[in-house]
Amino acid sequence: MSDEGSQSPRQDDVGVEEMKVRRVAGTGVPVRGDDIDTDQIIPARFLKTTTWEGLDEYAFYDARRDDDGERNDHPFNEYKGANVLVVNDNFGCGSSREHAPRALARWGVEAIVGESFAEIFADNCKSLGIPAATAEPETVAELQDFIEATPDAGIELEVAAETVTYDGKTVDVDIDEAMRGALVQGIWDTVALLRSKMDAIDETAADLPYVESR
Amino acid sequence: MSADTLYDKVWDQHKVADLPNGQDQLFIGLHLIHEVTSPQPFSELRERGIEVPYPERNVATVDHIVPTQPEGRERPLADESAEGMLTALERNTSESDIQFYGLDSEKQGITHVVAPELGLTQPGMTVVCGDSHTATHGAFGSIAFGIGTSQVRDVLASQCVAADKADVRRIETEGRLGPGVHSKDLILKIIAELGVDGGVGYVYEYGGEAIRDLSMEERLAVCNMSIEGGARAGYINPDETTYEFLRGREFAPEGEAFEERKAYWESIRSDPDADYDDVVHLDVSDLAPMVTWGTNPGQAVGVSEPVPAPADLPEGKREAARTAQDHTGVEPGEPMAGYDIDVAFLGTCTNGRVSDFREAAAVLEGREVHDDVRALAVPGSQTVKSKLEAEGIDEVFREAGFDWREAGCSMCLAMNDDSLEGDERCASSSNRNYVGRQGSKDGRTVLMSPAMVAAAAVAGEVTDVREMEGGA
Repeated sequence: MSDEGSQSPRQDDVGVEEMKVRRVAGTGVPVRGDDIDTDQIIPARFLKTTTWEGLDEYAFYDARRDDDGERNDHPFNEYKGANVLVVNDNFGCGSSREHAPRALARWGVEAIVGESFAEIFADNCKSLGIPAATAEPETVAELQDFIEATPDAGIELEVAAETVTYDGKTVDVDIDEAMRGALVQGIWDTVALLRSKMDAIDETAADLPYVESR
Repeated sequence: MSADTLYDKVWDQHKVADLPNGQDQLFIGLHLIHEVTSPQPFSELRERGIEVPYPERNVATVDHIVPTQPEGRERPLADESAEGMLTALERNTSESDIQFYGLDSEKQGITHVVAPELGLTQPGMTVVCGDSHTATHGAFGSIAFGIGTSQVRDVLASQCVAADKADVRRIETEGRLGPGVHSKDLILKIIAELGVDGGVGYVYEYGGEAIRDLSMEERLAVCNMSIEGGARAGYINPDETTYEFLRGREFAPEGEAFEERKAYWESIRSDPDADYDDVVHLDVSDLAPMVTWGTNPGQAVGVSEPVPAPADLPEGKREAARTAQDHTGVEPGEPMAGYDIDVAFLGTCTNGRVSDFREAAAVLEGREVHDDVRALAVPGSQTVKSKLEAEGIDEVFREAGFDWREAGCSMCLAMNDDSLEGDERCASSSNRNYVGRQGSKDGRTVLMSPAMVAAAAVAGEVTDVREMEGGA
């Protein structure tokens, strides 16, 4: 697999079994605030690239620096090695740039728990095999507090069961049905899936008044 | 008797199959491509040995990274990474036999300006693009939404996306917009009322008297900013305004074929008794020109209304409002009118069309840009630019002291040389006032209509355009 494309496995390379995302276990990184837009997650000036390489450098690039360009105490500077990102309401709103979840993933994020996600952002997470789970504001707040108090403590997300386990307890989260199905069944690389229906695609197209017959 | 929305009908016509994870496989009638979100998908297709099955249903332009100074557009571009993206798009579209309107084309421009003006976008289509402002095209009565780069790859590989059907919220406007109040004000009001996440899970159907009155270009501005309200798509049922706009456009059907197609377009309108998942009523008869005071598009008020104090907002909105007001330097309790402006920016996929520049020109006629303001006019496409030049409108801008530029996304997101510097304050006809959006992390953006941008450019501060001759 070339580094130019996805960093994740592909359906036609590895088959469904290796694609399944059932569980993410590790430690957490809390990024607080509502309506964190994808311009914050990765500023537009870093999108001038024809590959996905090096994006981890740019995750929260401006937010991670103070006015002199020195690293500040942003969680992405403080929680290196964490893989479960915990956020608040409407995370990932704004621009559709897939560079945003790609940058987070290359930094190390393998799962996200938040109050809610913007739709395109959630779709992009699904395309990358990153579970994006939603939870009640109190649940998110408690999890963020816990991570800040004990950054090295383990957190485990179970995709099919829709639970997060930490601090000896298990709490409920929601993972959108389509995302959960794609992750658990290992079909989030949709190219092969969509192309397997080429005849049905042609039939649908042929019935549309604006598509010229071919 | 059916009771379907346009969204139901168009979705059903484009549904190819049920997918194992519960999503629908949806055929895409028009895929728009630009240089920022397409290089990786084309690379992946090449590696996998996949050919684009429906090249004729894909159209590309270059917009985000292009310089807007005429001399900056000579090849190779001075910015090596921009040149690399443009070269990649030229190669990718040429190898896949996809129509590309490049820098040397007189039709080049912002994707969401070019497709409507060429008649590529039509009612009843599904339209996608690796750009969240694809919602724009819903103004024709199409289902149009932004997608991520992996989904761009999916569309190139199969002309389909895996998609979830959304709920439909009807936004029923009541009353008519007053003089000097534009569709930009209307959509900013909708977002302020319903919130920047209010539309998550919904597609918005805009209707009612005020929407019916709008020209096609004004409707495009409304649907464009659906995404700022959290709705991935927004649409307006097609009507005579839509059909008359399309008649005679390059990619619209001609003669008898046009009339036949029109019957189809009529058939996809929402039924009179259509079932909506939600209905919101909004009386717009007293709407004033809207301006943002914060760092998201929902933080907006009428130009003469007081900016809210964080303490007066719902608890969940206070902290964000405090942070936003720190950034923008606005005073709670004071109106935005009087807020000093350093930069005036006119253009973008929201408000970079011919009528937007005409409205601004009506304000600028015989006036000059304030000494402390640098002002930039960036037509949404080269077609828009040449039309305006034929009308002599470029002269109004030049004489007033605006820089008159070539087409591109420009200072909306500053992926080219057009950028805010330091903590400059910008009166902008764009769509996002996020921190850092216009190229400087300390820059301040105030969103408003094109006419209001012109008024701010002249006054050097945010001003109610209705108080200026030509503005109402």
